Amino acid sequence: MSTASLPAAASPILAVSRLCAWYGRAQILFDIDLTLARGEVVALMGRNGAGKSTTLKAIMGLLDRVQGSIRLEGADIRGKPAWHIARAGLGYVPEDRRIFTELTVMENLAVGRQARRSDAPLWTVDKVFELFPNLGRMRNRRGGEMSGGEQQMLTVARTLMGNPRVILLDEPSEGVAPLIVEQMAAMILDLKHEGLSVLLSEQNPAFAGAVSDRACILEKGQVQFDGSMRSLIDSPEIGRAFLGL
Amino acid sequence: MTLASLLVQLLGGLAGASTLFLTSAGLSLIFGVTRVVNFAHGSLFMVGVYTAWTAGQWLRPILPGSAGGFWLAVLLSTVVVAALGALLEVLILRRIYRAPELFQLLATFAVALVLRDGCLWLWGPEDLLGPRVPGLTGAIPVLGMPFPRYDAALIAIGPLVLGLLHLVLTRTRFGILVRAATQDREMVSALGVAESRLFTSVFAIGAGLAGLAGALQLPREPANLGLDLPAISDAFVVVVVGGLGSLPGAFLAALLISLVKAACIALGTVELGGFSFAFPRLTLVAEFLVMAIVLVMRPYGLMGRAAAAPRSLATTLPAENAAGAPGRWPWGLLVVGLILLPWLAAGSPYTTVVLVDVFCFSLFAMSLFFIMGPGGMHSFGHAAYFGLGAYGAAIVLKASGWPMLWALLLGPLGGFAGALIFGWFSVRLSGVYLAMLTLAFSQIVWSIIYQWDDLTGGSNGLTGLWPAPWLSAQVPGATANAAYYLLTLICVAIAVLVLRRVLDAPFGLALRAGRDSPQRAESIGINVHAVQWAAFCVAGTAAGLAGVLYAFSKGSISPDLVHVGRSIDGLVMVLLGGVEALAGPLIGAAAFTLLQDTAGRSFDYWRAATGVVMLLIVLVFPQGLAGLFRMRRRPSTT
Repeated sequence: MSTASLPAAASPILAVSRLCAWYGRAQILFDIDLTLARGEVVALMGRNGAGKSTTLKAIMGLLDRVQGSIRLEGADIRGKPAWHIARAGLGYVPEDRRIFTELTVMENLAVGRQARRSDAPLWTVDKVFELFPNLGRMRNRRGGEMSGGEQQMLTVARTLMGNPRVILLDEPSEGVAPLIVEQMAAMILDLKHEGLSVLLSEQNPAFAGAVSDRACILEKGQVQFDGSMRSLIDSPEIGRAFLGL
Repeated sequence: MTLASLLVQLLGGLAGASTLFLTSAGLSLIFGVTRVVNFAHGSLFMVGVYTAWTAGQWLRPILPGSAGGFWLAVLLSTVVVAALGALLEVLILRRIYRAPELFQLLATFAVALVLRDGCLWLWGPEDLLGPRVPGLTGAIPVLGMPFPRYDAALIAIGPLVLGLLHLVLTRTRFGILVRAATQDREMVSALGVAESRLFTSVFAIGAGLAGLAGALQLPREPANLGLDLPAISDAFVVVVVGGLGSLPGAFLAALLISLVKAACIALGTVELGGFSFAFPRLTLVAEFLVMAIVLVMRPYGLMGRAAAAPRSLATTLPAENAAGAPGRWPWGLLVVGLILLPWLAAGSPYTTVVLVDVFCFSLFAMSLFFIMGPGGMHSFGHAAYFGLGAYGAAIVLKASGWPMLWALLLGPLGGFAGALIFGWFSVRLSGVYLAMLTLAFSQIVWSIIYQWDDLTGGSNGLTGLWPAPWLSAQVPGATANAAYYLLTLICVAIAVLVLRRVLDAPFGLALRAGRDSPQRAESIGINVHAVQWAAFCVAGTAAGLAGVLYAFSKGSISPDLVHVGRSIDGLVMVLLGGVEALAGPLIGAAAFTLLQDTAGRSFDYWRAATGVVMLLIVLVFPQGLAGLFRMRRRPSTT
């Protein structure tokens, strides 16, 4: 069902098919199909516990037991260690931020630094600080002494230092002030403008609608809707059924 | 005692603190990044001592009489031990990072056994005397008292290495990665840092620090095969006191412990109100006292933080299932059969002798299982209670001259008393902290027994512990030790039934609740610490009884009863049988004891052989033998 709504010509930069994942003995994801085109922003939507974060973790190689295929520019990355996947060009921004609280802003960025692959946009510390000017003003502050919004920005900045081609953004608008949410939305559009592809999980429909080209709705670990953001907005019954709108 | 002699003792303490800090820093660094408590760390220290000796032998003809030769040997052995650490990481540890921590401890203990026998094979059993360091021989006067020059050099080395490590950790990308991985290694990996290379290099550096400490120790202490266990238990205490993963904490703790020990020696024997009190004997207890005081005030050490939830067996294995255990009939039949055995096996008298061992170790393993399985507390020093029971009974018998039956009844109280004291501290910790603390306690018990000649007979132990005449009498038509065999069987059967009954009672359920979720258990009104403490006491008493029965079956006891090796034997028994069923420890103990008896331990390298078997168990079944049983029982999970 998902492939029907794809633009047929472009080969996707990230293609997930029949993805299943488990936590211990409990199966969380059931045959997820998902694609992300070059330069596209796709929102994974759905209620709490629908499997959004699990999908991102499974793609990133952070789960013990995953089946199916995950292709990054045609190469299967399923079962590879997370560091290998990161070096292949996937950047991961976890939902609970997970910045290194004992390390300064500059040190956090240093951990994320990786050599650039040929075709990915190049990020330097200066360019990252252009995107997040207030991080540039607290270079030597420890991660643990920053506000939630600042930490959220640092998480994104740290991931950008690895010069990724695709960014997996887990709930970027969760738990930050409305002003920061606006900044995050603007930032995602900036990243898109830079040529990055973004797969984000998002519960906030306004946020997802403002930044995404397409939406993919999960319910109980299965894809229930996959289509353009416009078609989702035009069919309110889908939102009612799966997002509780 | 004069001020000058006190000062010289304290300076000596500072010198000891340096090598102690180096060893502990390596242990702490490795734990911080890989979350593996490296039991073989003391062995790496010992290998460092030996390699420095060999390197010194090689270099002496080339660089005769120069200090350069000594320092080159120190450098060489640091590099050799670092390479050995890297090799161990790649060959063994890399395969078990995701295994339960109990298995990691067992695997590294197995490595320690192999390394010890490796040293025996390479360097032989004799002590090897270290060189005097050219240029640092002799002494410098401190307030008119002589103080060894070499010790003065050592005092400087500790802070020097701390400073160097601090620079590496803060100024280099490698150091930043190490600090980041100490907090969240999964995230570091998700950012593209190759975990395997980082882990190997951290392990190499940690091992190198142990090797350096060993090499520096050589001029103060001859190379010998007994260096590994004291080194690891001292390092455990330092790391626990300083806070796991904190280098400045380890430095502070090493200073504190060394200075307190030095002060005890300096005070000497003090006459107080007619009592003469020998402080030097307190040195080992001093270590324990420092640790106790620190842990009461700061449960995660001087500079440590609450550790992330440990991957304990409790979270990776299903709870043991009493309902799945065989019913009463098979057990009843087994006991009846065992009661009749002395008459059935009258022709092979050795059978009942071995079976007494099997019974004693079954109860020992069962008591360890009691706190490990349902309690979720992995004690690495359970032999302490076994030994305290045995020595308790022996002392009652020898000192009071009361009949043997009194010794049998009062002896287990030795195990109880030990568990009462040590358990109070231990239940405040969990995971590897608890494992280290229990290990340190058992080392302390061992040292006290080993040193207290007047009461315990020291290294010779106590002899002449025979059962009462009516228990030694020949039973008509049965094997020679039939009477004592039956007494052991009855005592063990009753004790096992009691332990089982306690686990089925509300107390046992509360214990499991505290293991599975301490917070939820507290919130429904269970005092988790109190329940765990009580469980420790029950297990300690049962282990004490096992020790008493064992002591009287042998007629003599020695400090070996309390040795770390026996604690590990207990863990292997429990794991061998599987932690899923109550019958597990009994079966495991029987299998292990019989195996050990038939293998006979007759060849020199039995430690290494045991180590290799343990490594195979852990590497081939990383989820544990219990995991194997689980797979067999429910084949339809995939």
